[in-house]
Amino acid sequence: MAPPSDDQLRFILQDMVTARTQAGRLWNLQRQGQVGTVAPIDGHEATTVGAVHALDPDQDWVVPQYREPLALCRYGPEILESYMLYNLGHPAGGHIPAPTRVLPPQISLGTQIPHGVGLAWGMMLQDEPGVVLVFFGDGSSSEGDFYEAGNLAGVLRAPVILLCVNNQWAISTPVHLQTAAKSFAAKASAFGIPGIQVDGNDASAIYDAVDEARNRALDGLGPTLIEANLYRLGPHTTADDPTRYVPIDELAAAKQDDPVDRLRVALTGAGLWDDEIHAATEVAALARLDGAFERAKATPLEPDAVLDHCYATDTPRIARQRTELLGRFGETQ
Amino acid sequence: MSDGNSTTDLTMVEAINETLHAEMARDDRVVLLGEDIARNGGVFRATEGLLEKFGEQRVVDTPISEAAIAGSAVGLAMAGLVPVAEIQFLGFAYQAMHQLAGQVARLRYRTQSRFEPAITIRAPFGGGVRTPELHSDSLEAQLANMPGLKVVLPATASDAKGLLAASIREPDPVLFLEPLRGYRGIRGPVPDGDHVVPLGTARTAREGDDLVIIAWSYQVELACRVADHLASEGASVGVLDLRTLVPLDIESITEAVLRCGRAVVVQEAAQTGGFASEIVATINEECFWSLEAPVARVSGFDVPYPVGMVEHLYVPDEERIQAAVRNTLDAG
Repeated sequence: MAPPSDDQLRFILQDMVTARTQAGRLWNLQRQGQVGTVAPIDGHEATTVGAVHALDPDQDWVVPQYREPLALCRYGPEILESYMLYNLGHPAGGHIPAPTRVLPPQISLGTQIPHGVGLAWGMMLQDEPGVVLVFFGDGSSSEGDFYEAGNLAGVLRAPVILLCVNNQWAISTPVHLQTAAKSFAAKASAFGIPGIQVDGNDASAIYDAVDEARNRALDGLGPTLIEANLYRLGPHTTADDPTRYVPIDELAAAKQDDPVDRLRVALTGAGLWDDEIHAATEVAALARLDGAFERAKATPLEPDAVLDHCYATDTPRIARQRTELLGRFGETQ
Repeated sequence: MSDGNSTTDLTMVEAINETLHAEMARDDRVVLLGEDIARNGGVFRATEGLLEKFGEQRVVDTPISEAAIAGSAVGLAMAGLVPVAEIQFLGFAYQAMHQLAGQVARLRYRTQSRFEPAITIRAPFGGGVRTPELHSDSLEAQLANMPGLKVVLPATASDAKGLLAASIREPDPVLFLEPLRGYRGIRGPVPDGDHVVPLGTARTAREGDDLVIIAWSYQVELACRVADHLASEGASVGVLDLRTLVPLDIESITEAVLRCGRAVVVQEAAQTGGFASEIVATINEECFWSLEAPVARVSGFDVPYPVGMVEHLYVPDEERIQAAVRNTLDAG
């Protein structure tokens, strides 16, 4: 195990503050009607950022669910650019250009887990170094895909890290209604792989755990299931009202252990961070998001883009539908 | 598109096996995954000998996990490989439907071609062999209604080779559906060497000018027997083998129906919402003013695929096809 260096911790906090700040702006854009439904990241920052900082973006893949994109800036500015298109509902929002090793958001819960396992398997078959980190939630661990893919990963000894982000809630369903298992990490025993629980508000601990799992995978020892325990500090999405179900005192207690505040205090105490750096990070984060949003809005959109990329080439049926659609705009193919 | 004119007489399952050998030798990105495909050579022996030839890295027995077979194929494709997965029986694909519809079919669309879903999923289907429950379901209409998938159904041993080769080389995901009854029940000359049949081109299985029977998979075999029988009575009945439902060869359908003015569409699946309805709608759009009689459908009934003692009442047979053809010839 190698704990993050001081420099890495500074970058981790920078990315966490960036994600928190940009999520706030995105919330406002949604409330202004400028973007569609958004899933806030508040409370997930240490886990998402800490985990991806233990990866090598040139080798390792990130397979997200849908709450992660703002915390993946370590993988490059293309993530934010495509995510703003995604939030607008632009078809290009699902296209994260090569060679960035990140998949677009996945809405269907847990379906990305077999994708991540297959990707890791494919890398293994081609002797490519690297691992795949798959994010999913406590609720997704109730899906069949989690069990099928976890089991397959164990059998294949695929170089994959299954990161179960336990934020205590699947929209309104608390974890005790999600499983009778003692923990989500305990489910690893069904796959014959190690399962560990980590404090998801501790970026260093998450970094350590992912680093160790990554080394195991690279050594050919197969997958690891990591359960990161944290608390969803915001609503499930902009369409959710958690005051209907989240106990107010429980949320207040969770806010006392805010992951961004925790690392900020620690790094400030160590002389690695200060209010000036913090403010500058927030300003830069907003500028990047606003810039990406402006570029997203200016991205051209042809009317027949709705028909593009279904197949490598149009089927005869789609070719006819394209002609019909373009006819509405007085265009010909 | 074969190298020469030489052929070898093969059953359909032999043709499939030969093609898998050839495609794995041709392209080392091709990997096979599925239940009982390696050590056992597949429950129908479609993958026999491949483990021995290509090794356990490329021919992989998976756990009993249809969703993970389809889902990991997505990941393998993203890694740059060309997965050819087997679902042991198409009825078992119900346990993979969310991966097929929600993921395999739309990988290209949702990533705007960042990833090339060069995935082939083979599965046997169809009735007439008294299988246990859920082994015989015909799901081609459900699959054809999942944009992004191609749906391919060979009816001859030669096409099993040519269409499978084309499917594996396709940049888009193909559901390659093999008729259970045809594995050993259909035999014929198969071109030696490289033989590729482009997807989306229907095949004239029988020439005929009075009426055309439009069918796919094993029903083509029955349709041809009906056409041959009626030819002896002087009726000129053609058979159009669609070969692929997506992409659909609209031109060949249109040409045949305009020429004959009468058509019967045959499928094994339940009637309501079946692909035969799509064919009838297409004929309506393209050929309505040339029709001399209403287009008839022959299909399974609107019940689940039944058990052995009653399946012969469900699956269209020569008698039902012939009755529909006679009615349509006599109408108008």
